[in-house]
Amino acid sequence: MVPADAGGGLMRGDLLSDPVEGLDEALAVVDAFDEALVAGLLRPGPAQAAAVVGLAEAVAGTPLAARVAEAADRAKAGAAGEDHFVALAAARCALLGSVHDALTQRIDEAVGRPAAEDGAAGPGPASAAADRGSNLLAAARSWLCDLARAGWRGIDHERVAGAAPVVSAMLPDPVLRRRATLLDGFAAELAASCPGATLERVPLRRWADLWSRALLLTVPGSAGESAVTPVSGRLLPLGVDVQEHATAVQAQVHAVFEPADGGVPRLVRAGVAAPKPDTVVGAGLWQLLRPRMSLLGAVSEGRSMELDAMPVTAEGDLLWDDGRARPGEPADAFATARVMLSTAAAARVAPLDRHPVRIAVPVLLEGYTARSEDDRLVFDLPGRSLAVDTDRAPAAGPLTPEAVAASHSCVGLLRWDAGEFLLQPLAVEATVRKKAVAAHAGAWAGGTTDKAGVRAEKAATDAVTVLRERAGRLLRK
Amino acid sequence: MGVGALSVWEKSSTARVMPPARPRKLAKVPFVELADGRLQGVVSSGSDIGRVYVSSVTARTYAFACSTNNNRPCGGARGMFCKHIQALVGEAVLQYGAERVARYLAVETPDGEPDAHSVTAAMTAARPVRGDSAAAAQVFSRFLRQLAYLELDAVTSPLPEMQWFPPTRAVA
Repeated sequence: MVPADAGGGLMRGDLLSDPVEGLDEALAVVDAFDEALVAGLLRPGPAQAAAVVGLAEAVAGTPLAARVAEAADRAKAGAAGEDHFVALAAARCALLGSVHDALTQRIDEAVGRPAAEDGAAGPGPASAAADRGSNLLAAARSWLCDLARAGWRGIDHERVAGAAPVVSAMLPDPVLRRRATLLDGFAAELAASCPGATLERVPLRRWADLWSRALLLTVPGSAGESAVTPVSGRLLPLGVDVQEHATAVQAQVHAVFEPADGGVPRLVRAGVAAPKPDTVVGAGLWQLLRPRMSLLGAVSEGRSMELDAMPVTAEGDLLWDDGRARPGEPADAFATARVMLSTAAAARVAPLDRHPVRIAVPVLLEGYTARSEDDRLVFDLPGRSLAVDTDRAPAAGPLTPEAVAASHSCVGLLRWDAGEFLLQPLAVEATVRKKAVAAHAGAWAGGTTDKAGVRAEKAATDAVTVLRERAGRLLRK
Repeated sequence: MGVGALSVWEKSSTARVMPPARPRKLAKVPFVELADGRLQGVVSSGSDIGRVYVSSVTARTYAFACSTNNNRPCGGARGMFCKHIQALVGEAVLQYGAERVARYLAVETPDGEPDAHSVTAAMTAARPVRGDSAAAAQVFSRFLRQLAYLELDAVTSPLPEMQWFPPTRAVA
């Protein structure tokens, strides 16, 4: 049963079922453009010409109008230059930005959270870093524009391999890490799909997303450092979200931050990311990340942390520094969610990051009925049912699909993809022999005594030992 | 181009395209990949700790190649798959699953579920010829590139684009 008092961050599911005005129209324009990239824009046919013109018309009332109209004009004649491709990518991002905003507003209503204050600061000051690696950014842009001309059907190994030297040169520079990691993951996926001519199906939205995002990030200053302020107070973890591709991993801890000065609690994230060989998987991911962020250990132990002048961006990302954090009192994620989630303020989203894939809103769900429908798990809530994405839980952890199916309470991230809202569980509670038993996605992040976990740790340690030994002998020869 | 008829997978920003590698022991074969139309990888020498072999089998023809990282041909890979190539197939099956390896190489196994043995046997039965080892340098450099990833530092500044790369529990 849902408690009468919905003050604990519970969600009004019914609001998520209502159609969002203008959503289908915006996505139809995006879909048409994405289909145009399948055959490439070197010799566009009538449908492709219509798609790029449609994109330009969709942003006709915005400051982008003139540049995108010109770009569409050139593109439909098969004569788009690099700046024109950047303009088309920007138009596509703007459309998906509007989709993001509409969906976020709907979620704010459903969870009853005040909308994020619009922290007036735009992108942070263009720092000296803006010009760093401008030749590499130009090389990346040239590779991406070549892809757009060839289309997904035109990819082959030689074309895709063009990204490798750019990625290798970018990766060691922390300022370029964000771009390098995206290009590396994208290129690996394209390489695994070569030759494009024989692909059975193409991930249209996904590859157009990755392409347009990567292209915008080649504009110097686009990934400019965000303005940072130091904060002190108590950090109460809610759970860990892991993201990985073959050669990179990122773990983001979602948490409530309680300022020491008694200000309003805030929703924040603390992330750590590392490149990796593709054979480092499972517990190996935690082993790579653990030494760089003590918070992962605190999460495993169910502890809060005390922060002292920890830098935080306007988007609510803590730039973690172990020297500015020490372990605090035990803190249970469910207690934090029940007591603080509804009062915690969300941060704004950086303009360039406004995309539906970026939506990850911490929510608490209780008293649902779990059932399976069309081969996937669904939670029945008052007013609607919500699909559950159990696939996103990291393999090295106790949060199995079975644990989620047996649960009655869940702390998770509300997401949106392919036209529907989804719940990504971060932790669940079930009642076993009249006692509440919890399973957390990040339970093994800091290490574990669980039998299966210890085995996974050992396997990962062995793998990395072999790779380091090989690296010692074979590198720099 | 039928606009409006896209599948859920086509409209998904987080569609899973590449299943993750399955965990396996790396001592014998530290690197395996299905790429460039070949199963290829790096096999550690059993006798010389400083030597590795770069081995490959081409899809469809099963043309094979094996040479050291210093570009000396492998003595065992003259008329037939050498032990390095056999080890490579075995470890690829562990990392990707036998079905995906068989599909990539276009191997039809006679009956039922393929495994490392049946995949190797089916290719051997086709009497493949020795191919050229021109790609060896490229494979080796890709392996070195991944090894170098271990020496790069972790960062705590956010990588927003990783939102496009959720994990998956599904296996190949």
